[in-house]
Amino acid sequence: MTTAERVPKDKITVEGLTGDAAIAHALKQSDVDVLAAYPITPQTIIVEDFQRFAADGEVHTKVIPVESEHSAMSACVGASAVGARVATASASAGLALMWEILYCAASMRMPIVFTVANRALSAPINIHNDHSDGMGMRDSGFIQLYCQSCQEAYDTTIMAFRLAEDHDVLLPVMVGIDGFILSHNVERVEMLPDDAVRKFLGVRVPVQPLDPKNPITMGPLALTDYYFEFKEQQDRAMWNVPKAYKKVEAEFKKLTGRSYGMFEEYKTKDADIVILAMSTMGGTAKTVADVLRKKGEKIGVIRLKMFRPFPAKEIAKAVGSAKAVMIFEKAMSFGAVTSPLALEVKSALYDVEKKPLVVDFVVGLGGRDVPPETFVQGIEKTKKYLGKGKAPMYETLGVRK
Amino acid sequence: MTEPAAVRLKDMLQKDQILSSGHRMCAGCAAPTIVKLMGMALRGPTIVCEATGCLEVATTIYPFTAWKIPWIHVAFENAAAVASGVVEAMAVMHEKGRSEYEHVDVIAIGGDGGTFDIGFGALSGALERGHDMVYMVYDNGAYQNTGIQRSGATLPGQETTTSWAGKVEPGKRQRKKPLAEIVAAHKIPYVATVDPYHYRDFVQKFRKALEVEGPAFIHAYSPCPRGWRSDTSKSIELSKLAVEVGIHPLYEVIDGEEWIMSGPSKNLKELKPIEEYWASQGQFRHLRGPKWDDFKKVIQDQISHDWELLRKRCGLE
Repeated sequence: MTTAERVPKDKITVEGLTGDAAIAHALKQSDVDVLAAYPITPQTIIVEDFQRFAADGEVHTKVIPVESEHSAMSACVGASAVGARVATASASAGLALMWEILYCAASMRMPIVFTVANRALSAPINIHNDHSDGMGMRDSGFIQLYCQSCQEAYDTTIMAFRLAEDHDVLLPVMVGIDGFILSHNVERVEMLPDDAVRKFLGVRVPVQPLDPKNPITMGPLALTDYYFEFKEQQDRAMWNVPKAYKKVEAEFKKLTGRSYGMFEEYKTKDADIVILAMSTMGGTAKTVADVLRKKGEKIGVIRLKMFRPFPAKEIAKAVGSAKAVMIFEKAMSFGAVTSPLALEVKSALYDVEKKPLVVDFVVGLGGRDVPPETFVQGIEKTKKYLGKGKAPMYETLGVRK
Repeated sequence: MTEPAAVRLKDMLQKDQILSSGHRMCAGCAAPTIVKLMGMALRGPTIVCEATGCLEVATTIYPFTAWKIPWIHVAFENAAAVASGVVEAMAVMHEKGRSEYEHVDVIAIGGDGGTFDIGFGALSGALERGHDMVYMVYDNGAYQNTGIQRSGATLPGQETTTSWAGKVEPGKRQRKKPLAEIVAAHKIPYVATVDPYHYRDFVQKFRKALEVEGPAFIHAYSPCPRGWRSDTSKSIELSKLAVEVGIHPLYEVIDGEEWIMSGPSKNLKELKPIEEYWASQGQFRHLRGPKWDDFKKVIQDQISHDWELLRKRCGLE
């Protein structure tokens, strides 16, 4: 599909963009056929900006301003079923309203790109960032990619179409940015020229679209005798993702020099304590590691980008010989043994012979700030737990108790 | 190429059927007949988007399908939204040179539960946005698929498994939601009520629905022997009777403004009493005898009142 060459500097547009605007630009350049979306804070700018592009004739896209997020995802499934390139955007309550159709989209193998400005779930209603929406949909069958910067949001949105539409994958992709922290903050973003994105993505080649000349039935009833086989195939497709993702990233890197991996490793090689976090907390964690390393503390960071499928073996390897993994995560799973990210990490490490201590901190719910001090507090606690040789399954940090 | 609609019996026999035999709908169910009549009206490439319901589950039990035209089901409450996506995607892909079809007729189908109730929001949204599609509800008066529960389309006095006739209750007490009128209030180009007995009227109206630009809505009456406790051989007769007693008058509404009474209803000298309809089905058995006389009178008065109102709207005074 591509004969990628590095795009020369003078062809690259540099702009200060919010995370939402960066995604809107990526969608614009991805030549989306149908975009169906409903407004919800803090995602709304994506749809607003895209509608402005449409109003100015800068995109050749049918925008469907649906009456609910449930209909947004439903319209995306319909459009994707006939072979169109499709995208939507949402957050929090809107994502929750889509819930039923998220499962349908994934199981019907619809390559839909779903950009999410991750936001807390009600109640109480709260418009700020945490990952309860994304973690809540983690079993829906969507691929999940969480971004740390506006540049990464732009890049990942473009790459998401290639990944979703890959014939070995054919699954919907969620691209997550932290609500307000990234969605509304302006950063420097390098944008590719339109033709480079078009060439990189090509047009979608559907495998089995609804077509009057070749009629098929899509979304039938499957009972005890066949339902399980659908799920078996869906599961297999999910595990084709890492390979396809690496391929897409490698080509994107040729074009831009940028790639992110399934996760980012920062000073982990000799680290005693590895901080494991997602999205924008990764940036804070790296700064904390730098400062503490100057004081002689061996701190490293894994910033996880791909939560689904979860790169378990790779994470277990990356943690290496660290004494402890300190997880900072922005979601709770009420009544679970521990929190969503820690559940994955602990499972990933179960078969490792020399296991590090896993310490899990739930932080930042409802947009509560997670400053470097909170990380330092966590590290102090982790050192204490290392001394004792055990840690609680999870605990909250930065909350009135 | 635009194929003609098959309105005469001879043409009907020659037109390709869109639903094969061997589907697993109940004996006597009118829904497959309705789908076949819909097929008689088709004019070219068509895609069907269906809501969860009897017709969906019984015609597509994997690995089999009874559908001979492209068909998609996603969920219960979203047929209109799925169809919105199909309509817009087909249009834009043609504009971009990726679809050979200059136009594809998109038809959404839902039962009364999926249309009057849970899918109402999605339907209203799609109508407001003006997608060029036909939405057809096949109305069998209850959630028959899940075992005969009351819906917004259930008639007053009708017994269901969530509106039992008991010592102190006469079945459902509330009126039926006037859906065709509500849809017409969206000021869409075309709304029509149909039933499978009046098959020519059905096919001609469905064809009009396909031909108008923008959304069109077809309300098809669909007897359900299983839920209605009626004779499996009487479904088509019951469709006729529903028109004659005035619970499913046949009419068209153009642009939400011009109301036209269709021949079969227009030609009625007067409505038959609703008692006759009740007598034909086990679901109204409890209304026999004097116990619910007051309630029965209220129902008959409502029907007569609605009938007069409709006649007035259609300019028949």
